[in-house]
Amino acid sequence: MTGLPTVRWTRRGRTSPSSPRPTQGAGDELGDASGRPARPPGDFRPPAAATTARSNGAGWRIGPDPAVPGDPGHEVADREPTDPQLLTAGPPLDGDGRRRAAWDRAVRGRWSTVRRVAVESARWALDRWQRSLQLRVAATTVLISGLVVLVVGMLSVGAITNGVLDAKRQAARIEAANGVRIAQDQLTSAPREDRLSIGRTLSAVQQSVSRRGTAAGLFSIVVISGNADPFVSGNATASDVPQELRREVEKGRFAEIYAPVKAADGTSTKGLVLGAPVTQQPGSVELYYLFPLQAEQRTLGLVRSTVLLTGILLVALLAGVAALVTGQVVRPVRVAAQTAERFAAGRLQERMRVRGKDDLAALAAAFNDMADSLQRQIGKLEEMSRLQRRFTSDVSHELRTPLTTVRMAADLLHASRGGFEPQVARSAELLQHELDRFESLLADLLEISRYDAHVAVLEPDPADIRGLVRAAVAATGGIAEPVGADVRVDIPEEPVVADVDGRRVERILRNLLVNAIEHSEGRPVEVCLRGDDSAVAVTVRDHGVGLRPGEAALVFDRFWRADPSRDRRTGGTGLGLSISLEDARLHGGWLHAWGRPGQGAQFRLTLPVRNGDVLVSSPLPIEPADATRPTGLIRRLPVASESSR
Amino acid sequence: MKGRVLVVDDDPALAEMLGIVLRGEGFDPSFVADGGRAIGCFRDIRPDVVLLDLMLPGVSGIDVCKQIRAESGVPIIMLTAKTDTVDVVLGLESGADDYVVKPFKPKELVARMRARLRRTDEPPAEALSIGEVSIDVPGHSVTRDGIPIALTPLEFDLLVALARKPRRVFTREVLLEQVWGYRHAADTRLVNVHVQRLRSKVERDPEHPEIVLTVRGVGYKAGPP
Repeated sequence: MTGLPTVRWTRRGRTSPSSPRPTQGAGDELGDASGRPARPPGDFRPPAAATTARSNGAGWRIGPDPAVPGDPGHEVADREPTDPQLLTAGPPLDGDGRRRAAWDRAVRGRWSTVRRVAVESARWALDRWQRSLQLRVAATTVLISGLVVLVVGMLSVGAITNGVLDAKRQAARIEAANGVRIAQDQLTSAPREDRLSIGRTLSAVQQSVSRRGTAAGLFSIVVISGNADPFVSGNATASDVPQELRREVEKGRFAEIYAPVKAADGTSTKGLVLGAPVTQQPGSVELYYLFPLQAEQRTLGLVRSTVLLTGILLVALLAGVAALVTGQVVRPVRVAAQTAERFAAGRLQERMRVRGKDDLAALAAAFNDMADSLQRQIGKLEEMSRLQRRFTSDVSHELRTPLTTVRMAADLLHASRGGFEPQVARSAELLQHELDRFESLLADLLEISRYDAHVAVLEPDPADIRGLVRAAVAATGGIAEPVGADVRVDIPEEPVVADVDGRRVERILRNLLVNAIEHSEGRPVEVCLRGDDSAVAVTVRDHGVGLRPGEAALVFDRFWRADPSRDRRTGGTGLGLSISLEDARLHGGWLHAWGRPGQGAQFRLTLPVRNGDVLVSSPLPIEPADATRPTGLIRRLPVASESSR
Repeated sequence: MKGRVLVVDDDPALAEMLGIVLRGEGFDPSFVADGGRAIGCFRDIRPDVVLLDLMLPGVSGIDVCKQIRAESGVPIIMLTAKTDTVDVVLGLESGADDYVVKPFKPKELVARMRARLRRTDEPPAEALSIGEVSIDVPGHSVTRDGIPIALTPLEFDLLVALARKPRRVFTREVLLEQVWGYRHAADTRLVNVHVQRLRSKVERDPEHPEIVLTVRGVGYKAGPP
């Protein structure tokens, strides 16, 4: 459905505008780990508001009463919904008003049904029109060829009509001229003293003229004389001669006109009437020929129906041909589209059949080439990914086995360093210490390469986040103590349960704590846990030097250090926060950083309670409550961000 | 406590180093580098604990583990370089009681071995039951409707731990501490896999457990007695 405005049929009424739900994290302008934009305001319609709008939709019933009489039937009226809002909003309805209202509703209901059906079928037709190239081509062909056939047909029918009538007129004129000559001959040679003889002469004229069989076909004769009764042949009457023709003839001119005449069988039909003056003297004689055009009409009717039938057949044929030809073109295109769809859905071995050497075969061949190339590329990538995984796994094993031996040897040396020379003993200590660092670096590198190879798998399980927080705090106790950082934990009384991969979440928390302790400068580190229906959040706050503007976006970069000149006390690998971000993303969660110079930094982990849910807000703000906005001329934006890169 | 240890590992340096460490800790280690010969050595030596590398030439560590488990409930500790859940779970499901990820600290390995061997203290005479399953603790036997069920010592310990406090919910961490003997939370996948294995033996329908129940978000507890 494209380009068609969606018409939603609702009963007219006071639909209350639904207010957008205020999202909890409205002030939280941050992106999220999944990279999805926040839901636009107004997009969400709370169910309660929708219900209200629906029930209000019946409000038209109590408008100004339309004067529709009639018996609506009580069973309709009895089904009046007792909507409290309606009852208070409108005037009380008496029985009559109720009936009218029900009737009105019934009428409107039927009308709206008709409209809905009409709109739906129109939409269906439009949809078909937009979807089917074949239909469009066939319809266009019908339209254009129909117009052409109509014009051609009209022109040819007109030409034939003119030709037929012209021939008839020519023949009729010749016939009339002959008749006039005969009549004149007879009249000149005849005595014209008395009415009787004149009448006899005229009768003779009429008979001799009408007896002639000519090319003009059947006709009737009317002879009109100024001083005698008209003489007629066939079943014609003098009144069949139109007055305007008579006026023309009385002026002494030949004239003709199309007028209805009586045919041989007595029915009135279209005809050609010719009039000619025979004599001009007083007591003039006029001769009229009445030609019925029955035969011509039959001919023209036949011609017309033949042309019409031919035209219709021609249009139908063209439509069929157009549909057939388009079908031949469209079918392979449809097959191509379906094949491409299947290919896109991951069935990489899908190919089109190449038949012949035409354009469509070229299309199929080109498609197949593209599919081949794509399949090769994807195969290559898959192979690379597989090799990467293999490599990671192999490196892991190949490095770890000798490292285990070294580790054990170093431990042995370290344990018995008491009996060594001081230099050797110190070397054993250094060996031991650096092995620890080496080990954790190796572990982190392998973990990050696992993420890069996309082989990290989430194993969610319902877990009480409080336990994970406690475990992480306990695990980092060893490094917090020498630094002098006091880790303060603020967790709820009741369990905070979420579907998480406990191992990964504990690792995130451990990394955040290690990071906070490393930058705490001996000041307290605060850990806070909160949960709501959809999300849980843990913030880890330190009160160290904080982050400069722009740095919050960098903290998750691999091996990034806030100040390279600072000494490393706790010996983090530089990969902890990167791994944490990947861990959070794997959960569909967020990991945000906030920091301001002199006010320390805060990291916030937000995870969905149910695995697979999309986060919309966090139970905890990213900016700590005790943070003060910098004032003064120097514009230092608070830096908060940013886990989605 | 002079425990006999069978070390199945193909890396000679690591084997030698393990030998030094284990002898220093008072164990009596024997070594075999080939998975194919492991089961023969196991029968000859009758060790108290087996250290088994998962990646072996010849027969794989998983198969060796299954072979040993088929004829003995002896504690098996896997030595693995792979931390992926698939590998860990595969190893545990083939019968290992515990696993140690390389590179491990010698002390950690020894602690885990000791934890597996520390089963000699005399248990009090008690008979427990969960549902239709009866447990004879000193006799070290489990029966359902009089039919004995063969459990490994670890599975037995797990069942007894749950059965002793029928209404109590055990978190995975607590079970790790009580059954495996870890003070610090180790990998809770250990618990999950072993509960599955235990269920497959004691439950009528492991899909709908009645003996070992899951408490969502917390851990496990014993079914009604």
